[in-house]
Amino acid sequence: MSESTAAATHAEPLHETSLGIPNDKFGMWALIGSECMLFGAFIATYLIYVGATNDVEGVTPQEIFDIPFTSVSTFVLLMSSLSMVLALAAIQVGEMRRFRIWSLATALLGAIFLSGQIYEYTVFVAEGMTMSTSPFTSAFFVLTSFHGVHVAVGIFMLLALWALSMMGRLPQSRALVVENVGLYWHFVDVVWIVIFTVVYLIPSEL
Amino acid sequence: MSDPQDHSSHPGPAEYVQIGAILAVATGIEVALYYADAGPITIPALLFLTLIKFSLVVFWFMHLRFDSRLFRRLFFVGVVAALVLYTATVSTFYFGP
Repeated sequence: MSESTAAATHAEPLHETSLGIPNDKFGMWALIGSECMLFGAFIATYLIYVGATNDVEGVTPQEIFDIPFTSVSTFVLLMSSLSMVLALAAIQVGEMRRFRIWSLATALLGAIFLSGQIYEYTVFVAEGMTMSTSPFTSAFFVLTSFHGVHVAVGIFMLLALWALSMMGRLPQSRALVVENVGLYWHFVDVVWIVIFTVVYLIPSEL
Repeated sequence: MSDPQDHSSHPGPAEYVQIGAILAVATGIEVALYYADAGPITIPALLFLTLIKFSLVVFWFMHLRFDSRLFRRLFFVGVVAALVLYTATVSTFYFGP
């Protein structure tokens, strides 16, 4: 049985909803809207403490941040958003092989980003910057690690999609599932776009 | 309201690659600004570039430009609420008793 025929046998009609839009996509956007507030609170907390403890505790962003390294990590995460949208475009036209390549590439790029973040943490801890060093370091670790957890969840979902596709259980007709995972992944990318500027680049100018 | 399963209005792979290139270039400019130390325009320029990158991902990669208006409202209610929360927190911290 060809892949497109297999996809046809798994076809699931879109359920009628009172809003005329899929419930799960609506739910994903509601989740994203609420997560904006969550990350907004973390960023606000960080910005309060970065100014309050800059000179007191002896650990300043300028001293500890490795901007070239974080810039490469940022580039990797941005490119993962590109591969994610290419994966979605592929499954929407039924090109399952291309979908699997791009979704796996997205998960791989996410894993590279996460590895970079873990490496960055080990360097910070080795230099004496831990969670309890100052309110600034606490706010930094909470904000960035929470984002890292979101990336890890995204990688898990992408690998699950890839595995489902390999088993023939993710046909073109279920592209909406990929779209929802994609929305989550892009949101994680958007949050990092803000964190990179507000946490890494701007504090040195204050 | 547009059909949520109609993807014909969405950009194609070539346009996505162009947007990816713009995002990469914008990040490069941000890093260059960080090292160039352009004085008082540095922070506004960094925030402007962030806004461009944010908008490109949200409106094109997340298809908010092409999707239902309801999704746009859900997202921007969250963004505005986050900004209000940020303003209130910072104001309380700096101007409180």
